[in-house]
Amino acid sequence: MLEVTGLKVSYGGINAVKGIDFRVGPGELVTLIGANGAGKTTTLKTLAGLLRPAAGRICYDGREIHAAPSYQLVRLGLALVPEGRGVFSRLSVEENLALGAYCRNDRAGVGADRERVYGLFPRLAERRGQLAGTLSGGEQQMLAIGRALMSRPRLLLLDEPSMGLAPIMVTRIFETIRTIAAEGVTLLLVEQNARLALEISDRGYVMESGAIALAGNAAALLNNPQVRHAYLGE
Amino acid sequence: MFGRFDISRRSAAGWIGIALVVLALLLLPFVVDATLGRAWVRIIDVALLFIMLALGLNIVVGFAGLLDLGYIAFFAVGAYSYALLASPQFGIHWPFLALLPLGALVAATFGVLLGAPTLRLRGDYLAIVTLGFGEIIRILLNNLNRPVNITNGPQGITLIDPLQVGGFSLSRTHDLAGLIIAPVHSYYFVFLACALVSIFISLRLEDSRIGRAWIAIREDELAAAAMGINTRNVKLLAFAMGATFGGIAGGLFASFQGFISPESFALLDSIMVLCMVVLGGMGNVGGVVLGAILLTALPEALRYIGPLQQRWLGEVYVEPSDLRMLLFGLALVLMMLFRPAGLWPSSIRRRELSDEDEPRAEQARA
Repeated sequence: MLEVTGLKVSYGGINAVKGIDFRVGPGELVTLIGANGAGKTTTLKTLAGLLRPAAGRICYDGREIHAAPSYQLVRLGLALVPEGRGVFSRLSVEENLALGAYCRNDRAGVGADRERVYGLFPRLAERRGQLAGTLSGGEQQMLAIGRALMSRPRLLLLDEPSMGLAPIMVTRIFETIRTIAAEGVTLLLVEQNARLALEISDRGYVMESGAIALAGNAAALLNNPQVRHAYLGE
Repeated sequence: MFGRFDISRRSAAGWIGIALVVLALLLLPFVVDATLGRAWVRIIDVALLFIMLALGLNIVVGFAGLLDLGYIAFFAVGAYSYALLASPQFGIHWPFLALLPLGALVAATFGVLLGAPTLRLRGDYLAIVTLGFGEIIRILLNNLNRPVNITNGPQGITLIDPLQVGGFSLSRTHDLAGLIIAPVHSYYFVFLACALVSIFISLRLEDSRIGRAWIAIREDELAAAAMGINTRNVKLLAFAMGATFGGIAGGLFASFQGFISPESFALLDSIMVLCMVVLGGMGNVGGVVLGAILLTALPEALRYIGPLQQRWLGEVYVEPSDLRMLLFGLALVLMMLFRPAGLWPSSIRRRELSDEDEPRAEQARA
């Protein structure tokens, strides 16, 4: 589904991502863990077409996409839930969801998908007329995920969905991520909360200062002494 | 939202209301002429031009959230496009029905040309660059008289052709079955038609897909890009659409005045149009129209302060021109204190600036 080879991204002279390789198979839930500044968010933004890679290839669904702008990628079924949620805070929940379906023209399908999102997050249905900025952090994260689902993605990129949320909310968000994966959406998850991320994932990659340090099955990584020491606080 | 265009649902009372508004708009110039004098009909004409300008700037600033401090440049481009091709300057006298779309096209091109370098800029930086562009256009017009005389420099262009459709020249007084139609009256109807079209287009744009894309960009550009909005093209379109409105208003202005010079397109004029948008209610078409009317009429009304002082106090203590800017400044300060979202704000601005949502927002963050 997604095949990344030798990806390099730099901001001015600073190399944030220094040539990484990884892949996400169809239907897989893959997680990218690592400390602050490891290059995880940069990688996701590049995949979503918001940043240009300095070198390397990104192959999505058999297509080279490293030069494609984000607005084309959304149409190809690749959606990003940005870091810090990025909901349109002065627009209502409903308007946010409508913007998520910006690229689609099938009204009936969009309406059905909106109900699907409300089914996934009943809290959003209760607050459909409310301004996104007045929602709690967890609800905003639900909205951000719901909004991304409105574009009917086949590959969903999630950037730190647990950031700044209460533990109970984090649990709920991760349950939803699992539900979305079970529905057949391929997911690439970037997280600092390594334990939770690995627990729900099939495979994982560990990023350290712009490079991939470790890769493997999620279960194996959870038991890896190095990972346990550095990321699970043991 | 589409309800207001749904004719079938309009009630009888609604139709009578519309008929009354239409009648009032038709009679307005004649009533004003008979009561306040012809100078005020002229002021109304100018107000209609400013409605078009303010609506154009509202697309850029109000809808797309791009602060443009050089907007008057597009007014200038439209005015000069018309003036150069319909005056003795080059001896060219094209008909205005050809010049109006041409002026719109030229202004739109300038909108894209000046918009393109600013695509990566935001907020203060965008404002500074657009301010610079506005000045560049004005200074260019001021200096393009040497080595080849194109714009006639600071002297401006005179004897610009008035509007003429078929044999009907708007510069002549017509007698329509006893009703005397002076040029200011004829121009009123042309400007009114153009202003109404501008209002209609603005309202439709607001409700359209592209309007939603503008709002998304205004709210959060990165998130908008992640939604699959082509932010570059959508921003350029906002600049082009805004410039088109300005360009058409400029062409009409040139024919109406018969004379234009770079002086008419100074920074203060850009700021004035921006004030109309902000004071009226950024993003709300009705508010912007209101702002344009008020800010055109008020300074004119304040002229009466001179004669009034003469009559009541026996002497003019404060020059009306000094007082105008003073009162204008005071009005701005008071507005920002008491109605920060404008006289007639858009629903989104109102939400943003209302106190009602504050406690809930605080709660949510806690």
